[in-house]
Amino acid sequence: MAVAIIGAGHSRFGNRRDVNVAELAWESMKQAFDRANVVQKDIDFYIVGMAGLWSSEAAVPSLIAEYAKLYAGSMRIEAACATGSASIGAGYNAIESGEADVVLILGLEKMQESPNPTVIEIIGRYGSYFWEFENFGLTFPAYYALYATAYMNAYNAKEEDFGNVAVKNHYYGSKNPYAQFQKEISLEQALNSPYIAWPFKLYDCSPITDGSACVILASEEKVKEFGLDDTVWIISQGSRTGTANLSKRENFLSFDSARRASQMAYRKAGIDAEKPYLHLDGADVHDCFTSAEIMAYEDLGFAKRGEGVELIREEQTYIGGRIPVNVDGGLKAKGHPVGATGVSQAVEAYKQLLGEAEKGRQVDIKHGRWLTHNIGGTGHYAYVTIYGLEKR
Amino acid sequence: MEYRKAGEKNIKEYGFPVTIDEKLGTLQWVDLRELTLSYLICIENIAPFFENMREGKLVTTRCPECGEIFFPPQKDCPNCMISEMEWIELGREGTLETLTVVFVRPPTFARYDPYVVAIVRLDDGVKITAWLRGDPEKVKIGDRVRIEIKRREKEGHYMYEIVPVEG
Repeated sequence: MAVAIIGAGHSRFGNRRDVNVAELAWESMKQAFDRANVVQKDIDFYIVGMAGLWSSEAAVPSLIAEYAKLYAGSMRIEAACATGSASIGAGYNAIESGEADVVLILGLEKMQESPNPTVIEIIGRYGSYFWEFENFGLTFPAYYALYATAYMNAYNAKEEDFGNVAVKNHYYGSKNPYAQFQKEISLEQALNSPYIAWPFKLYDCSPITDGSACVILASEEKVKEFGLDDTVWIISQGSRTGTANLSKRENFLSFDSARRASQMAYRKAGIDAEKPYLHLDGADVHDCFTSAEIMAYEDLGFAKRGEGVELIREEQTYIGGRIPVNVDGGLKAKGHPVGATGVSQAVEAYKQLLGEAEKGRQVDIKHGRWLTHNIGGTGHYAYVTIYGLEKR
Repeated sequence: MEYRKAGEKNIKEYGFPVTIDEKLGTLQWVDLRELTLSYLICIENIAPFFENMREGKLVTTRCPECGEIFFPPQKDCPNCMISEMEWIELGREGTLETLTVVFVRPPTFARYDPYVVAIVRLDDGVKITAWLRGDPEKVKIGDRVRIEIKRREKEGHYMYEIVPVEG
């Protein structure tokens, strides 16, 4: 049974201390309801993807039941920064199994309810708590920096290459009205920003973000019943899990979990894993740190091992290049509200494929397929999802 | 926390623990129910690791059936489905695989200066994450390093650390 996205919504990302948790959720839910032309009673099940702890409310599905009058069955899902894609996967399965026809997926995070140092403290714990955090104080940037250092050493990548990822993503963020940072930056600015975890500087890091994103999924029967023709289908999803301790990883040049998740997704979708970019119009990859985007090019097969850095040098991931990547600003400029990120990527896939992205960042859709790459922790959870205009 | 103080002050002036967001100018309720988290983590089944570290030795578990060495040590072998693991002493030398310098530290590490975290592949094959003592600009990936056990400067407990091998 095919599963479609029939509506999508997206709050403005950033400092959202102008709304509370329920109000922030409602912003994207309202847009998704309007777009799908459905109401609460049409929803059979709903999933809230949220990592939490930095924000006050924990029983968010119940908060939503009350605030939005949505009383279908529900659950909350957590898979660190891949929470959003994990939630979409669970919604897909609920429809695929025949248990539900219409499922609402809400990705949500309100990280700025806590001060930044508290968030740094909490997010540093998404590895092996005892063997990495407790005694060695690793932070989220530091985990990724361990990979970045190894990558630079092996493939002669420079801090400047990482800076160019930030320049690209800020360029596209400047064209996205929902992005946290809507201004361009220069390479010089990126390179002159202070070190956070060497080799990462401030502009190599995604920010601490509040935001919500929502998609409504429906079965093929419901799509027919509702008489919808502007839908985007979930073609396939692959997922894998990596070890808690980075010291248990084979090397620090690639996320094995992401590579295998992408192979799974390509196989199910019938996409050639050697040159997948020939079948895709664009991709949203998990650029929580700039080097992670370059590693994603390789893990997804957009470039050969060690050649990801060439793609950014040659501007091959801008619109018009080999494959446009993160033309919504990515996590880097759009922002990274942990639980909402994977859903935000799905919203971007929906908008791009239907030709509804804002001026200056709409990709020319030829193949009708878009990829999202959503990583939780540091390769701890990997989800690769392929969306398309035609069902599989 | 700055806003905590503002909230408490505003109880007197405004009647509620509130503050105004600096950037947006929007009204915030300052939560008064501050939470402190400190876990009890069971190390009963890997106690020899700590007992040996106190004696200056680095040990870990090996499965007597398949021979896999586990670091961090673990009680069970998921390959052979057995729990009778043996303890072995690890060799101290290895090669530096990667490193970073943590400038922006979590508040619970604020009393330390920026620290270097590295991952080393020991000659036994297992990899270990730890702090690296010494100047990060004077070491590079592939350098020979060794593990030393020392008491932590601030907390005072034993911990293993990575040090460059001279020459």
